[in-house]
Amino acid sequence: MATFHLSIPIAEDEIRALHVGDTVYLSGVMTTGRDAAHKYLIDNFIRTTATPDSELGLYKELQSVLGEGVIYHCGPVVRQDESGRWEFVAAGPTTSIREEPYEADVIAHFGLRGVIGKGGMGEQTLRACQEHGAVYFHAVGGAASLIADAVKEVETVYKKDEFGVPEAFWVIRVEDFPVIVTMDAHGQSIHDQVEVASKEVLGRLIGQ
Amino acid sequence: MNLPMVESFVELVRRASTDLASDVEAALRAAQEREEPGSAAEGALGAILENVTLARANSTPVCQDTGTPIFYISHPQGMSTRELRAQVEEAVAEATRRAYLRPNAVDSLTGRNSGNNLGIGFPTFHFAEWDEDYVRLDLLLKGGGSENVGAQYKLPHSPLKAGRDLDGVRKVVLDAVYQAQGKGCAPGVLGIALGSDRGYGYVHAKEQLFRPLEDFNPVPELAALEERLLRECNELGIGPMGFGGRTTVLAVKIGAYHRLPACYFVSIAYMCWACRRARMIIRDGKVEYS
Repeated sequence: MATFHLSIPIAEDEIRALHVGDTVYLSGVMTTGRDAAHKYLIDNFIRTTATPDSELGLYKELQSVLGEGVIYHCGPVVRQDESGRWEFVAAGPTTSIREEPYEADVIAHFGLRGVIGKGGMGEQTLRACQEHGAVYFHAVGGAASLIADAVKEVETVYKKDEFGVPEAFWVIRVEDFPVIVTMDAHGQSIHDQVEVASKEVLGRLIGQ
Repeated sequence: MNLPMVESFVELVRRASTDLASDVEAALRAAQEREEPGSAAEGALGAILENVTLARANSTPVCQDTGTPIFYISHPQGMSTRELRAQVEEAVAEATRRAYLRPNAVDSLTGRNSGNNLGIGFPTFHFAEWDEDYVRLDLLLKGGGSENVGAQYKLPHSPLKAGRDLDGVRKVVLDAVYQAQGKGCAPGVLGIALGSDRGYGYVHAKEQLFRPLEDFNPVPELAALEERLLRECNELGIGPMGFGGRTTVLAVKIGAYHRLPACYFVSIAYMCWACRRARMIIRDGKVEYS
């Protein structure tokens, strides 16, 4: 278990050097995106034959953030000051498994290098990480004030009015955002390992 | 009761969201000491404790998912619950403006977020008239990740060979904790109701979450089951955040209620480690928090 400091955008060889259990401190620009955001990406850009004209501008913006970039499963608590500037007040991860039907396609389409969330993801995402050179970073669930401290600036926000505050794309600049690799680009997942081991114990405890 | 009390209710919400109760913090600290030094589990608990301190110092939410505000309100005879509710709702909207709460009320038909935590059946209220001459408000902020891993079983449960007895209860609770893995933000607190109907089963299960973590169940069979379940849940080895480790659950609290002859429900409310609860007492117009 090693410790790394990585800057976003992240090169493929830097990602492939990571293994489950490694601690990583991330710096650079990333975007939040959760349920509504993933559905939006899929419906408008990925599983579609024609992207609506109204969404082409945002498509370009998102391509530049997500290419070799990181998406963070997070619905923050935010505050706006008198000059209109946004601030992250509390910003821990949300449960990632809800994005399992979408994430593999998002990784492939945009060339994501990392997904941050909590609780881990499934087989499709793990396979996409192997194929495209990406990892799943686990943030500490509920450590919201601590993580908000690593968010230095809110650069912009997309779809706030349409999706609501928790579901919008918040583009943020972070410094030393602390995460642990729990699914790597070599097909390993701490979540699978713990599930298998705990299933064995469960069988013993309930006599099956 | 002296009205208006909106500002005092905002303070109740602020305390619940930003100031984790001392019994929960102590349990997290004990858990950190039990974990292997240098492990991911120990690191996660370290970050959790650092976060708790920071949230308290800055008066910012312990967790960004400030959840459903669930109010359990006990009041003397003759008080208008409608008026009280209106003031608490005003306080919830104000607490949202002050960023103690994230706007969390989403219209199920349109997907629109109301923006102020008010909506149809949101927040949740449970009123009960009692013999005391004061008002007590208990508030639980219960986030979505842990709410999603709650479970209700009907005994007997054939796949787990769980019968209609306390050993059957034990089996289904272990299964629920196994199914949850780290997704409910382990180490969690389990509030469990035996019996009742499907609806009130969960209401009672959540009431159990207000018990101090270190208390003892006055019913000896339930006390024994709580202790055994705590030990066995931790043997599962799921650990903080599901990273693997010695602490999967911080406490197990069980209440038993009457049921129909045909129904034996086990309702399990899984609360994340950020077991955010706060209490307020209004007596002779004076307010106390705990």
